Amino acid sequence: MAKFSAKPKDLAKIRYTPPKTEWTETPVEFREHMFCHSAKPKDLETVGFPYGRAWSAKDDDWKLPDNWEQIILQGMKDLLGKYRSFQLFMDICVRCGACADKCHFFIGSGDPKNMPVLRAELLRSVYRGNFTLAGKILRKLAGARDLTVGVLKEWWYYFYQCTECRRCSVFCPYGIDTAEITMMGRELMNMIGLQLGWIGGPVAACYMKGNHLGLEPHTIKSSIEFFLDDIETLTGIKIEPSFNRKGAEILFVTPSGDLFANPGTYTAMGYLMLFHELGLDYTWSTYASEGGNFGFFTSNEMAKRLNSKIYAEAKRLGVKWILGGECGHMWRVLSQYMDTWNGPADFMEVPKSPITGTVFDNAKSMKMVHIAEFTADLIKHNKLKLDKSRNDHLNVTFHDSCNTSRGMGLLEEPRYIINNVCNHFHEMPENTIREKTFCCGSGTGLNASENMELRMRGGFPRANAVKYVHERYGVNLLANVCAIDRATLSASMDYWVPGVGVAGVHELVGNALIMKGEKERTQDMRLEPLPEKEGSENV
Amino acid sequence: MKTLIPFFAVVILVLLALAGVNMGNQQFLFGVIIPYAAVTVFIAGIIYRVVKWGRSPVPFSIPTTCGQQKSLPWIKQNKLENPSTTLWVMARMALEVFFFRSLFRNIKTELREGPKLTYGSDKWLWMAGLAFHWSFLIILIRHFRFFAQGVPLPIHIIESLDSFLQIGIPLLYITDALLLGAVTFLFARRVYLPSVRYISLPADYFPLFLIFGIAVSGVLMRYFVRVDIVSVKQLTMGLVSFTPVIPKGISSIFYVHLFLISVLFAYFPFSKLVHMAGVFMSPTRNMPNDSREVRHINPWNYPVHIHTYDEYENDFRDKMKAAGIPVEKE
Amino acid sequence: MKLSNLLSEKRPAILERWFDVVLETYPADTKNFLQKQNNQFANPVGHTIHQGMESILNGLLSGSDLQEFSTPLDNIIRIRAVQDIAASQAVAFILSLKKLIREELEKSQRMDSFIKELSLLEDKIDTLVLMSFDIYMQCREKIYDLKANETKRLTYRLLQRANLVCEVEEPGPQQND
Repeated sequence: MAKFSAKPKDLAKIRYTPPKTEWTETPVEFREHMFCHSAKPKDLETVGFPYGRAWSAKDDDWKLPDNWEQIILQGMKDLLGKYRSFQLFMDICVRCGACADKCHFFIGSGDPKNMPVLRAELLRSVYRGNFTLAGKILRKLAGARDLTVGVLKEWWYYFYQCTECRRCSVFCPYGIDTAEITMMGRELMNMIGLQLGWIGGPVAACYMKGNHLGLEPHTIKSSIEFFLDDIETLTGIKIEPSFNRKGAEILFVTPSGDLFANPGTYTAMGYLMLFHELGLDYTWSTYASEGGNFGFFTSNEMAKRLNSKIYAEAKRLGVKWILGGECGHMWRVLSQYMDTWNGPADFMEVPKSPITGTVFDNAKSMKMVHIAEFTADLIKHNKLKLDKSRNDHLNVTFHDSCNTSRGMGLLEEPRYIINNVCNHFHEMPENTIREKTFCCGSGTGLNASENMELRMRGGFPRANAVKYVHERYGVNLLANVCAIDRATLSASMDYWVPGVGVAGVHELVGNALIMKGEKERTQDMRLEPLPEKEGSENV
Repeated sequence: MKTLIPFFAVVILVLLALAGVNMGNQQFLFGVIIPYAAVTVFIAGIIYRVVKWGRSPVPFSIPTTCGQQKSLPWIKQNKLENPSTTLWVMARMALEVFFFRSLFRNIKTELREGPKLTYGSDKWLWMAGLAFHWSFLIILIRHFRFFAQGVPLPIHIIESLDSFLQIGIPLLYITDALLLGAVTFLFARRVYLPSVRYISLPADYFPLFLIFGIAVSGVLMRYFVRVDIVSVKQLTMGLVSFTPVIPKGISSIFYVHLFLISVLFAYFPFSKLVHMAGVFMSPTRNMPNDSREVRHINPWNYPVHIHTYDEYENDFRDKMKAAGIPVEKE
Repeated sequence: MKLSNLLSEKRPAILERWFDVVLETYPADTKNFLQKQNNQFANPVGHTIHQGMESILNGLLSGSDLQEFSTPLDNIIRIRAVQDIAASQAVAFILSLKKLIREELEKSQRMDSFIKELSLLEDKIDTLVLMSFDIYMQCREKIYDLKANETKRLTYRLLQRANLVCEVEEPGPQQND
């Protein structure tokens, strides 16, 4: 230690560290590529969010409503009364610093306000100043601050630099969860119309059209038909899925991103092939055509409004249970919120795999099964014929999504599947996977492109671990169970670890799946030639 | 500034007690009234806090899961880190409360080359935290000898375990040394580590100085400035039996000790120290991960406006029909 | 005695002081984290920078070819290109090596006998700075690339369909674009 800190004065010339000020006195500076555009007034109006207006974070004047302080403080009071987590987490932090270096944004950026404890203090300081006796009397001594425009700008900058990944919460001795605090911060800002375009747009689209991309029913159908053509090219098998079909046994819901965005589309193809091979009695829905929930990044009420379509559609179609595709935040919302918001789902039955007879007791109330649980069960019961060697050109590692690991505990199921469909699998280092997994850096609606620099910083800790297995074991594919991962890790890999691709687990399943009556496969799911197959044709 | 103000606040408290007892002859105030007031504030304050937390409901089931969930029967659930039953939640909480499980997690990283330096400040935080809290608890329990007729057996046992090193006369209590060491470490850490210094508030230093003052005054009384134990016990027994007496001849350092403790008690409910009570109520730790199995009820759940299927079909009926998607109304 | 031999002896000291110079460009509290946490995965930034600097220094002392420097330089610059650091600052740390080496030589009071070797070494360091500028620019361009590529990826199927529609409408057998 002493060796490092003994720094000769004459070396100090390069120092550009700004004069050190207390964090409470350091105003926020908006840097290009670090923040997102603001929401369009039209999108806010569509769903009834207040104070939609044209503004930009770089403007001095944010055109705030006249009584904005009052709105925020009243909102805080309400939220404190509604959420024990919020009230408690405002009171009990001892600032031990255990969380400080656990945040991917802090690790990648070095910005002290990205330490989870300070991110929370941004809100806590205002809480103390307005809601605690000590804060009102002792002011600065008790760490209290007034709610000013400067503080508000800080909130906006830093609560949109948190992906609610909950990694800090794993290490906190009191379980303080920054996700809860960020959610409150964002909900407060929504009360005065401070939202991101990248969130506001998908929310409005999802509300009106059923999915974030704003795909209309016929477009959903035609884009899935597109996959069917590719699957026919690949396997020679013609698949005919159904849409909005009453009386189906199972409703399938997955994030809409996988219908259009690469490489998620290949995962969607994997689902289609698997269900066809099983002869599953299931249907897609164009109304409940979104598994994800960007409303979750605005307000609790909005999240509930978007989520309500899933149960409503299950009821209308009369299905027995729901199967959910690969997605991260979707599963946090489903497993920890959906049943509470929009249940009880007593019009359905306890999920039971029609193929293996396995009853999913762990989902007996909310009636929805994760596709990884479903497929792992199939493989365990030898219901799938798999040719692992079709994935031999892939050297796979697995990225746990924040939400499925820390908001659910789905850790072994995807690994079991991967190990059964791939021959080459290597884990990343222990402190970067499972409950300690690093975020992709772009969750919670931060996967816009205007904040690419922020995303690359936030994605570095994850990418660094990938780079390690890439260099050490030759890993060339980052598998995951999250639509946002598939979209954003592609960019992250492109920048930090070129040569590593990104794929959903069910793309690998689709690749390995031997289908009845299929022709000899010469291509992988991406319709690229299978290298080994070419060589071994004559063997 | 962040450290000086709390430091001088504690110094002033000490001087106040010394002046009050030595010059103002306020033994009754410092020996009876203030302790009673402090305990009252402590009890009322903690109740107020807990009730306030309790009044805010837990609308959603939000445990932080740190291990494999309960799913398929052949996949081994990590019941401790991802409990799905109340019993295992209690086990998880016990590990958290007694052994600071989450803080311990910090040290589970391997050593590698790279910037070579002592690694593992995190491990020290865990150890210091444990040493601090356990010592504090044991010292607190030891003090019950002042509040009971005779000395109960459990306290005897604790005392003899605590002094098993058999150093000095009177015997040195290990916890005294541990507490002082741990408080010093926690303070040094706050001052020395730039990131922790950056996040620290005066409210983080004040309790450290206060507890340091309490420990030092206690240690002085036991090992250096002998006080008349019989008189002290007379006073404390008077307090617990609500027949307060002020025996003559108790050294003023005792009043300093008692006054600082009173301040700590009164300060406790209004500061971050309430984490002691709060940790039990933390929803990310004290809830089972069973929200898919058992419906969690939100007391303030209310109906919301949604875009219904009928509205949706009205928007797109023609397109749906053209695409061959079934509709409710032709 | 050759310059490189002398410097090799001083290598650990130079490296640590050089690393310190880089850390000075981060806020004080961050600096502490970057230098203290030495787990490769818990502190990827500090680790990568330190490793990179070590390779660069070793390369300079052992007279490696210029292309050998591109990987360690890339590893460091790639990080600094997405942090709150001006372009000049992102690469300036390399120049500071010259100063550090001169200081070591002054301490040993044998500067004069090494002048010629020293100027060769300094030329090489200058070249590294120029290489770094190139890498920095590539990284920044890559950021813009990512934006464009992502948009393409996100709407891949849409684009594909648009293209298909075009093919159907204009089935020219051998069109040259």
